[in-house]
Order: sequence, then C-alpha cells, then structure tokens
Amino acid sequence: MTSDRRNEQPVLAKKVWKFGDNINTDLMLPGPYLYRSPEEQARAVFMNNRPGWVDAMKQGDAIIGGFNYGMGSSRPAARSLRMCGVGFLLAEALNGLFFRNSVNYGLLAFECPGVSKAFEEGDEAELSIERWEARNPRTGQTLAVTPVPDMLLSIMRGGGVLPLLEAQGLIRRHKA
Amino acid sequence: MGMTMTEKILARAGKTAQVKPGDVAVVEVETAVLLDMSFLPEGWVEVLKVHDPKKVAVIYDHMVPAPTIQAATCQVIGREFAAKFGIERLHDVGPDQGIAHAVVADRAYALPGSVLVCADSHTCAGGAFNCAARGVGGPDMLYAVTTGKAWFKVGETVRYDFTGKLKPGVSAKDIFLTIAGTHGAHVNQNVEYGGPGMSSLSINGRRTLATMGTELSADFVIFEPDDLLTEYVRQRNPGAAFHPTTPDADATYAVRRTIDLGSLEPLVALPDAVVNNSVKLSQVAGQKIDQAFIGSCANGTLDDLAVAAKVVKGRKVAKGVRMIVTPGTQATYRAALKAGYIEILLEAGAVVTPATCGACIGGHMGVLGPNEICITASTRNFKGRMGDPSSRVFMGSPATVAASALAGSITSAAEFFEGDVG
Repeated sequence: MTSDRRNEQPVLAKKVWKFGDNINTDLMLPGPYLYRSPEEQARAVFMNNRPGWVDAMKQGDAIIGGFNYGMGSSRPAARSLRMCGVGFLLAEALNGLFFRNSVNYGLLAFECPGVSKAFEEGDEAELSIERWEARNPRTGQTLAVTPVPDMLLSIMRGGGVLPLLEAQGLIRRHKA
Repeated sequence: MGMTMTEKILARAGKTAQVKPGDVAVVEVETAVLLDMSFLPEGWVEVLKVHDPKKVAVIYDHMVPAPTIQAATCQVIGREFAAKFGIERLHDVGPDQGIAHAVVADRAYALPGSVLVCADSHTCAGGAFNCAARGVGGPDMLYAVTTGKAWFKVGETVRYDFTGKLKPGVSAKDIFLTIAGTHGAHVNQNVEYGGPGMSSLSINGRRTLATMGTELSADFVIFEPDDLLTEYVRQRNPGAAFHPTTPDADATYAVRRTIDLGSLEPLVALPDAVVNNSVKLSQVAGQKIDQAFIGSCANGTLDDLAVAAKVVKGRKVAKGVRMIVTPGTQATYRAALKAGYIEILLEAGAVVTPATCGACIGGHMGVLGPNEICITASTRNFKGRMGDPSSRVFMGSPATVAASALAGSITSAAEFFEGDVG
C-alpha cells in the first residue's frame, strides 16, 4: 500500500471552509432529509447552521473542522460531503462513527492536530497522503496529519466498502 | 500487558492474544442488527450471501407503524430479505416489535463478552450487558452481514468506578448528565463502568447510562458483569453461550474516576448540545414548556414508565402541554399495562404511543413546531433534532420530565420522592 502512494502529488483545495468544534451529523444531514435521496441530502448540508453553503462551495474545496467533528448519529453524512464535492476534510479530532462512514463512503477525512489555527477561511490547503502532511500555501506552515492504517486507507480511497463487497460477489448494486 | 474489557472482548472476537489502543481490530460479529431504515432503497443493495443467518436480527423501529409509503417500502424489502435468507429474528410490527436497542435488551441478544453491531448510533446500549456493541454505518452492516466481520480502530479507555447508591428521585439519566456536564466528550475513547456501587443500578438504569454513552462520543461503553446481569441473560436468552468479561487488574486506562452515586442531584441539559451543557435543575426551573417527552432507547424502559406513572398518578398534565410517552418495546408496553402504569399515564392526560424512535428523532409521533419548547427524557437535544430548527429541547430524567408536564414548566420532581427509602 505504501508503494501505491509514492510520488503522489499533494491534493490541492482551492478554498477551505472552517467549522468549529462538535459539528454534528444532524447539521450535515438534517433529520427531515434522512429519508430523501442521496442527491437531496447533499443539497441540505449545513442548511441550518450555514444556509447557502452547498451553492457557495466548489468541487474540491476542503473542510477544516475542530474537535469531535462528526459527532452524533450513524446517518451517512460523509456520503453527503463526498457528493457535495468536498475534496478532503481535516479536523482536530474526528468522531469515530463519522470516521467509519468516511472510510466506508470514500470521503478523505483525517485528523490533523493544530489545523483549525493554521488555516483561515478562504485559504488554499494542500494535503499529501504520501507524506501525511497538510500545508497552508499562504503561510508555508506544514502540519502532521495522523496516518490512517493501510487497510482502512485502501477502502477509503477505493471509493468505500461497497465496491469491495461487490468485487467479492457478496452484493450486487443496481446503481452506482 | 493487562487489557480493559473492550480490549479483552475485541481480542477474543478477533482470535488474538492482545489488543491495544491504536490497533485496528478485525473481529467476528456475534450479532448484527438491521433496522427498517437499513432497507432504505437508496442505501440498500441486493445481498447475494449472508454469512450466518442465525447471527442476524431484523428489528423495525425508526418509522413504525409505517407513516409513509417509503417507510412501508423499507419494511417490505426487509421482510423479503429475512425470508430469503431464513432470518428467524424478524421483529416486525406486532407484539415482538420495539426500538432495536430495547428489543436487544428485552431478549438479551447482546451477549456478554461478544461483539454486536447495528446501524444506529445508540447501539452502545448493549454495553449494559457487558457486550462490545457499537453503532456503525450502513456499509459496515453489509460488511458484517455478508462476511461476519467488522473492524474497529481501538481507542484508549476511561474507567468510572461507582460507589454508594442513588438517592430517591435521582436516576441513571442524572448520572449521565453529571458525567457529560463534568467531563464532556470522550471522543475516540471507550468507557468502562464498574465499582462497588454499580450493582445498585438496575439493568434498566445501566441501559440508560450505556445508551447515553453515544452522546459522550464514546466508541464502546461497557459495564462490568455481575450476578444480576448473568441471571437476566440466562432467563431472557436461554441456551445462549456467553462469556462475562472483567478487566485485567493491570489494565491501562487513560484516566480512572470515582463517582459517589449518593452525592448526585437531578440535572438538566440546556438545548442544542448534550455534553458540557448540564445545569442544576434550579437554574432552569420555571422555564415554560409545550411538550414533555419520555421514551427512546435511553428512557423507554419499564423503570422509566414506572417513575413517570408514580409522578403523575392522580394528577393532570398542565393545560396546553403535550405529554408524550413512548415505551421502548411492545413487550414493555404490555408489562406497563399490566402494572397499571399506562392507565395512570392516560388518566393524567398523557398520550402513550407504540414503540418507535418517533419523537426522539423528530420523525413522527410528536414532532416539534417552530419555536416550541420541549423537555425530553430521550437521547438527544441537538438543534432541530426533534422538529423545527427553531424549537428548543431541554433534557432531564423521566421524573423531571413528568413533574414538568404537570407544572407546565421545568420543575423538580423531588416532592414526589420524599419519604422514599433510597
């Protein structure tokens, strides 16, 4: 797995969007949208705490979160962020269940202590999975990103757990 | 190196000698619980193989009885799935139905020393049974059902030792509000409960506390086993093999804290967040309410209904206030009926709903409107959780909620427990 990452270019996010501590799953996927289609859910991200965000953000933008990002329920908030086009997400600390869903739905979400102080909203952000490092091009500051075990990283980068099970003949998906 | 209960259970289920914080443990799943919402057509896929149908349970809870065509569709798909693979533990709408974690408790599906997964965050409820139970996502459930396995990133463990005994009128919910208010979130950590005072807590009280572990953002929340537990499991799940698991004497903890249960008082969580948000009841006393709710996987137990009935017996819910009570399972509903609690609640003016996640998730059976104020004995008070984003939800014990329903404003239940022996 390590060799797969050699010579990889860092991922660049043109803009970071900053969120605070304890951003919960209900803010990313509000209750009234729980039983809507994934597309409709993705349109509702942050509608209660940051109305209009889904229209303002652009493909590949990054989310910078604080402590316990993704606290709350098992609802597939990570899928909504991926479908919105979030390039990657870095937080001081990720909630364990949200991290699971990030792995399983293929959202690049990592812990990066110090990240909320190192970036201002609107900054660009670079993420190198090869070096497990985040960089703020404006300040030149680099921060260590907490590495994710290879088994989980390969599921996350492979688009999540469903393609894996399908390849093993355990499930059949009728749509992507 | 000694292991905590979580580490020992994961090591056993992973057939490995040692599990430590930082490891990714790949383990065998003893029980995989699917919900009605697991079968949402948008998320469900065609399963071609089930690893072991005996290890799967299907329990309908989020949207029952089906309030929408979509909810009904989920149930149709789930029934077909259960029939196709011969899954006998199908808890369909009817006498055996209930909120998944409450059914798991009623039937002791959460077996001591084993691993249980379910696609609902409050699955750590099963920790009351000395079970490593964990809420996972939909894809994890497909993984568990088809491969029989799950993975967990192992966190460090925080240990709580209880001493003493709760005073009358103080409940497991107040223990939780004390821990959440004092120590805040336990992100990426496991929680262990034990100590000499633990056995004074009923199984139902332990369930409340284990369920609320989710709100601490804990991974696994596990109670030590005792005679009360092992007897309960033998009676409720006869013939099932289980392995009560205690921590090693030299287990390593991130921190170890002692809580004197006798020193605790009723607390209330303010709206919008559960942790770091507890205040003394007196600080919010007099706050007007529109709705009072008792239910959910956290507070729909027979003990909770008994307390509610004790408080409202012979009294009336305040004019303009809706008191809604949701038993955790239909079996609990019947037990409360036989004990006379349901009649008392209805006579007082409460509405008793069938077992469902209903009002707690803002789904149905008690959704809040704009600017309404609720006090709840359930799992969460997040902004918009129970309805309109402008509604506000305070959280307290079932006793506090019931007393508040009578007064029409947040009120101490202390007077109803005066003279009780602790």
